[in-house]
Amino acid sequence: MIRFVTQRLLQTIPVIWVILTATFFMIRFVPGGPFTAERAVSPEIMRNLEAHYGMNKPLYRQYLDYCASVLHGDLGPSFKYPTRSVNEIIAEKLPVSVELGLISLCVALVIGLPLGVLAAVRRNSWVDYLCSSFALFGVCIPTFVMGPLMILVFAIHFGWFNASGWYSPIDRVLPSLTLGLVYAAYVARLTRGGMLEVLSQDYIRTARAKGAGEVRVILKHALRGGLTPVVSFLGPAIAGIVTGSFVIETIFQIPGIGREFVNSAFNRDYTLVLGTVILYAGFLIGMNLVVDVVQVWMNPRLKFE
Amino acid sequence: MHPFAPAMIRRLWRTAALGVAASLLAGCGKSTTASAPAGDHAPQVFRFANGTEPQDIDPQVISGVPEFHLVMALFDGLVIPDPKDLHPIPGLASSWEVSPDGITYTFHLRDNLKWSDGVPITTDDVLTSWKRMISPKVASEYAYLIYNFVKGAKDYYEGRETDFSKVGFSAPDSKTVVVTLNSPTPFLINIIADHYAWSILPIHTLLKFGALTDRSTQWTKPGNFVGSGPFMLKEWIQEEKIVVVRNPNYWDAANVKLDEVDFIPTEDISGEERMFRAGQLDITNEVPDSKIEVYKREHPELLHLDPFLGTYFYRCNVARPPLNDKRVRQALAIAIDREEITRDIRKGGEKPAYAISYPGDAGYTPKARISGTLDDARRLLAEAGYPGGKGMPTLQILYNTAESHKQIAEALQEMWRTRLGVATELVNQEWKVYMDNQHAINFQLERTGWIADYADPHVFLEIWETGNGNNDTNWGSPAYDQLLKDALHAKDTAERYGYYQKMDAILVDECPILPIYYYSRRYLMSPKVRGFWPNVLDIHPFKYIYLEN
Repeated sequence: MIRFVTQRLLQTIPVIWVILTATFFMIRFVPGGPFTAERAVSPEIMRNLEAHYGMNKPLYRQYLDYCASVLHGDLGPSFKYPTRSVNEIIAEKLPVSVELGLISLCVALVIGLPLGVLAAVRRNSWVDYLCSSFALFGVCIPTFVMGPLMILVFAIHFGWFNASGWYSPIDRVLPSLTLGLVYAAYVARLTRGGMLEVLSQDYIRTARAKGAGEVRVILKHALRGGLTPVVSFLGPAIAGIVTGSFVIETIFQIPGIGREFVNSAFNRDYTLVLGTVILYAGFLIGMNLVVDVVQVWMNPRLKFE
Repeated sequence: MHPFAPAMIRRLWRTAALGVAASLLAGCGKSTTASAPAGDHAPQVFRFANGTEPQDIDPQVISGVPEFHLVMALFDGLVIPDPKDLHPIPGLASSWEVSPDGITYTFHLRDNLKWSDGVPITTDDVLTSWKRMISPKVASEYAYLIYNFVKGAKDYYEGRETDFSKVGFSAPDSKTVVVTLNSPTPFLINIIADHYAWSILPIHTLLKFGALTDRSTQWTKPGNFVGSGPFMLKEWIQEEKIVVVRNPNYWDAANVKLDEVDFIPTEDISGEERMFRAGQLDITNEVPDSKIEVYKREHPELLHLDPFLGTYFYRCNVARPPLNDKRVRQALAIAIDREEITRDIRKGGEKPAYAISYPGDAGYTPKARISGTLDDARRLLAEAGYPGGKGMPTLQILYNTAESHKQIAEALQEMWRTRLGVATELVNQEWKVYMDNQHAINFQLERTGWIADYADPHVFLEIWETGNGNNDTNWGSPAYDQLLKDALHAKDTAERYGYYQKMDAILVDECPILPIYYYSRRYLMSPKVRGFWPNVLDIHPFKYIYLEN
């Protein structure tokens, strides 16, 4: 297993490098730049600005400089925020997104898993229909509808919460519910599917034949196999959820990294775009690796290779 | 009846929500602000929606409006704008004189001026700040607001002169600062009052964190920051809030009424409106278009639609046929029903614009206006060789992707089609792509706007000078350029405004731009807010604001 993990980690390096290189050149070829503004900056001022950020050097030189600085763990200065480095921005905002993401994930699992299991066990009963409709709703209603709706009801009508902001622990409730419900819906659907498949397997029949109680059959024998699709979904989902949701962070005015991911592209904040892309790529690759490891552990028929 | 009656559902919800809340925190209330120091009165905390997250607060590095709001709280200029009508009033300078020829400005600093850390503010701070502003290494985007006017400053900025003492700044004694200009610039005092380009920086603090001409150091961070304004920086949490509190060392501290101002970033204007409704804000930065009518109907006391010194217009690329023919541009300009656009589409207090210059701007109202009947427009088009629009190629209208611009573009499309037989197609682009195409003059018709930095008709007229970086129409006229120069050398305001009238007349006749409406400032404000007067530059110094409980 150690060999497997090491090998996969080594493979990560060229992948990240390719992503970095592609992003570096793509963002440079997009029209407009960090200093493109409604008021044209005079040519002499523009020259000085470009000199400050090293943009007067040839592009390949800037690329090499950037790679060298990334190797030293420095993601460079932000263009939009003159006194902040990309490292600082990520250090300040990633924890917020991680916090929101983890709470939402708990919401998703706490709601989604039981619903999925219940639906599978009581297949084609009203319980199943109720759970499945919930899942369908959750998948269909976009967060930009659900979020404002939650705010209107619970913040403005009842006055229990702030409409937006990230000031005190109670401000975590509405955004994590909004974000969590979407994932809960997916989790419920996948759990139901996975469980249905497992529940019809021979070993489940054997367990029942040997007199195991229904609860034991489901929790001990079926769940482990039934969760396989959920786990493969959770890998990329966790990477996505903890690196921030642009929509949720915008609706609830949350100072997370998800908004930077999108706004940096609009601002042509080259270094911040690269920094967030590298971060997201790293998370995604890391989570996929974790998923692979967990799946082998959950399914004895798979092996590390 | 169903067992779950509405009252019961409500009770259940309440219990559930309280449960969640209680599990998350113990005794933590829903509040956006830490409580201010207790006094004999309730602390005055003004919660101000500030749009996007500010870039920074170094006045020589920033370039936006949210940043300007912060600077206004944290710095005082030599002169500052009057909160009601914006005329320059004494700030750090207790008085100033302008020489009879309009070339020399002499400012007298107040006695006992101090930075927020107690260090005295000196003339050396003043001169060194301006030196930094025009240092090429700092690369300040607004450096031109100094080097375009001050003697020798452009040479210094472009490196032809390295001796700063040759620039038109001097301090004959410890309380006096003298600025010498290239030519009389009657509106310079408004620029100094209204624009942060002329800010005075705490040089002793800057030098603690780096060299004078370093563009970005840590001096603006909370804890390091030192300012000269009514408030000082207490806290800055990115995208969450910026807190400023009273500055006891401010020269006019006795007259500052607020204890604290919270600058709340509000990038999403629908979210901002919800925050206002939930009682988290005292004033918003914007109002969503869709809510204007609702507030007019239901809460007119909260909705404010103030005149705002800016013009919404379309640029024509006069180098490309058929818009190279002035008659085509005139026909398009005449055929726009501006009343309909402001009344039925914008609905937010905007006024129809028949010229680029803003009526009543610093006492100037353009006399020339786009006029004529639809018959005139059709005749002009026929004379240009397109009777009834026949033979006219389809025109492209470029705008940046936004619902409000699309609505206006569609209205114009329909007006030009039905009234002139002119076909247009709409092209929308993401902001920076669109800006790139505007500055490259890669369009036929382009929607755009111009908001004044200071109150003077010069703002709207200087950009149409041949080759100006913001002209972006390929249009130019030697007569127009000459008038602009004459205006800067005019001996008094009456003569200067006479030149501007002629310039407006040229623009109305040539139509390189099609004015559509004058902006309005739209916001929601709590009725508790006092000391806040509407003015065309939307400048509301925080030192005069207070809340009535």
